[in-house]
Amino acid sequence: MRIKAQVAMVMHLDKCIGCHTCSVTCKTTWTNRPGTEYMWFNNVETRPGVGYPKRWEDTNRYKGGWILKDGKLKLRAGGPISKLAKIFYNPDMAEMEDFYEPWTYDYDNLIHSPKRDNLPVARPVSTITGKYIDKPEWGSNWDDDLAGGSENVAKDPNVEKMQEHIKMEYERTFMMYLPRICEHCLNPSCVASCPTGALYKRDEDGIVLVDHDACRGWRFCQNGCPYHKVYYNWNTHKAEKCNFCYPRTEAGLPTICSETCVGRIRYIGVVLYDADKVKAAASVEDPKDLYEAQLSCFLDPFDPEVQEKARKAGITDPWIEAAKESPVYKMAMKWKIALPLHPEYRTLPMVWYVPPLSPIMNHITNEDELDTDGYIPAVDQMRIPVEYLASLLSADDTEVIRKVLLKLSAMRVYMRGKTVGGVDEFRQSELVKQAETTPEEIEEMARLLGVAKYNERYVIPTGRREMDDDLHYKRGACSLEELAPPEGMNPRFGMMKVRENL
Amino acid sequence: MADIFWWVIFPYITGTIMIFGLLYRYAFRQLTWAAPSTNFLEKKWLRIGSPLFHYGIIFAFIGHVMGMVIPMEFYQSLGISDHAYHIGAIWGGGLAGLMVVFGLVILLIRKITIDPVRIKATFADFFTVLALLFVAGTGTYMTIIYNTTVVAYEYRETIGPWFRSLFIFQPKYELMGGVPFIFKLHVVSAFALFASIPFTRLVHIFSFPIRYPARPPQQYRSRSNYRKQGV
Repeated sequence: MRIKAQVAMVMHLDKCIGCHTCSVTCKTTWTNRPGTEYMWFNNVETRPGVGYPKRWEDTNRYKGGWILKDGKLKLRAGGPISKLAKIFYNPDMAEMEDFYEPWTYDYDNLIHSPKRDNLPVARPVSTITGKYIDKPEWGSNWDDDLAGGSENVAKDPNVEKMQEHIKMEYERTFMMYLPRICEHCLNPSCVASCPTGALYKRDEDGIVLVDHDACRGWRFCQNGCPYHKVYYNWNTHKAEKCNFCYPRTEAGLPTICSETCVGRIRYIGVVLYDADKVKAAASVEDPKDLYEAQLSCFLDPFDPEVQEKARKAGITDPWIEAAKESPVYKMAMKWKIALPLHPEYRTLPMVWYVPPLSPIMNHITNEDELDTDGYIPAVDQMRIPVEYLASLLSADDTEVIRKVLLKLSAMRVYMRGKTVGGVDEFRQSELVKQAETTPEEIEEMARLLGVAKYNERYVIPTGRREMDDDLHYKRGACSLEELAPPEGMNPRFGMMKVRENL
Repeated sequence: MADIFWWVIFPYITGTIMIFGLLYRYAFRQLTWAAPSTNFLEKKWLRIGSPLFHYGIIFAFIGHVMGMVIPMEFYQSLGISDHAYHIGAIWGGGLAGLMVVFGLVILLIRKITIDPVRIKATFADFFTVLALLFVAGTGTYMTIIYNTTVVAYEYRETIGPWFRSLFIFQPKYELMGGVPFIFKLHVVSAFALFASIPFTRLVHIFSFPIRYPARPPQQYRSRSNYRKQGV
């Protein structure tokens, strides 16, 4: 057993209002430099839609993630040898037009325009070429809120896959928001795709980072990541990606996207996992088993044996305590209401999603008379098809989605029953049985999902600082440090000895 | 005197600039050390030009090792006649040279005509392509045209030994006196190109990730132990 800790995130999609505040604060924090204009470490997509970059889920085109070949885990885009052969030209890489050509506006013209008959306008200017773009044709959120309608929806790879034709009539259409950041996977394919080994997963918190000194810009990570969350900076020619705001999380603060989330949809916490199990979990035969396999990698932080081994592995007590309080552990592992995005990519992603409930299609006309169990079939009649959610979150296993939706519905029924009566009936109902929950668990869930207190949503232990020099010593050190003994120290001890005694 | 300058002083100066420039850039400017791909900005032309050029130059490099580094006696000991060697060199080298030249021309046209690529290209980028085109052009001309129309020049008796003598710091510059002008031009321009390597995108030739197939796919790095591990 090789215990490692991972800082992970859950997003509760029911609460996402699609305001893009996370994207904007992330962008102003991290990607507001030349070369990064087109990058959105965090973006919010309207689903169904093509996403950003266009059709990123089209694995046949971009060849991201892993596949199982003869029982062995292989990169879909090819192993090291074939990568080196393709190093001069990467056929699978997304081009700028798959993202969009970033632009700004010629605001200067508004201020300095001479007197004219017509109002001056701010024309769009490409930030790549500096030339006017007469007609911007695509942007990172061009299809926001189903803009482009049936034309764009039909291009969603998840929709293409679905048997049933998705209804785009106004009365029957559906949509949901999907905020995306780097998944900080347990089995990251971007790391495996990097020829130089510049990408790495941090031992302490599992954050996947790019070593910019080592990065040589071979650009295989960009399409190696099936989520397309590694970007190529055309200015510095290095890869850039979401870094889980590590300077903030190390200080115990939530990432900037979480901190500024208006809907309080995001939860950050620590989970402990067994790194030895990762490869086997990613290599299970049936993609539908990947979700359960991934869950089997996680360790119970309340288990004294796990705690003991974690301490031996160098995980400190504050981290173990944080793992116990972790909202991610509760939602993803304990209550099993949060699911990984596209588990079939076999990267074991670590940003989890609570699927959204949606209005029930066939009107429940007399809801007052509807008994509790009436909600069970309702799950299958929600506006967002279970198949669609299954395609996103459970490798097409609709049972997994049904279970989660049932549990969330049960929570609603119970919490309403608490106010208007009917809790006793609920305890006996078939709904509570099928949802495999208890009123006690529901109360706990409702608190975390509904009340969503700041310090319950974000349980982030501070980063360990042992790497740093002894700051007490540094503070008093002089420029003769290596020659003269430190101030206040007895020069009889050797220099090294003094430092050891500190 | 001119011989001493071109065949002793010049190679050592350019070589020194290259080595120390590379060391400096590696040590202090590693953030700028990358293969500046424009795959992201344009794909259609790159698809033809880049592999053509790169594979061509790898073949050309192997050819130069065969011609310049490996002594003539080696081939003779294998029983390869001079005639057979030159046939091989003209065909192989000619093909590699044409690949390089055509690749470069495609890349140059691409650099000039494709808006984002041109605008993002620096002076160093244009210089590199033009310099490479000059060196490769003279090389290909020698191999295909000079060798077949004038004389199949036996550089293994002059340029080869001179080139090897540079590495043991006893340059036999007198060997270069009688070399045809076009060969001299190729050698001098190549050395000038070497000197420019640390200042251009060409640094990426020294970071070909040859170790990639041997390393484990997943990389962990420790934040708190990285100094101890010396990463």
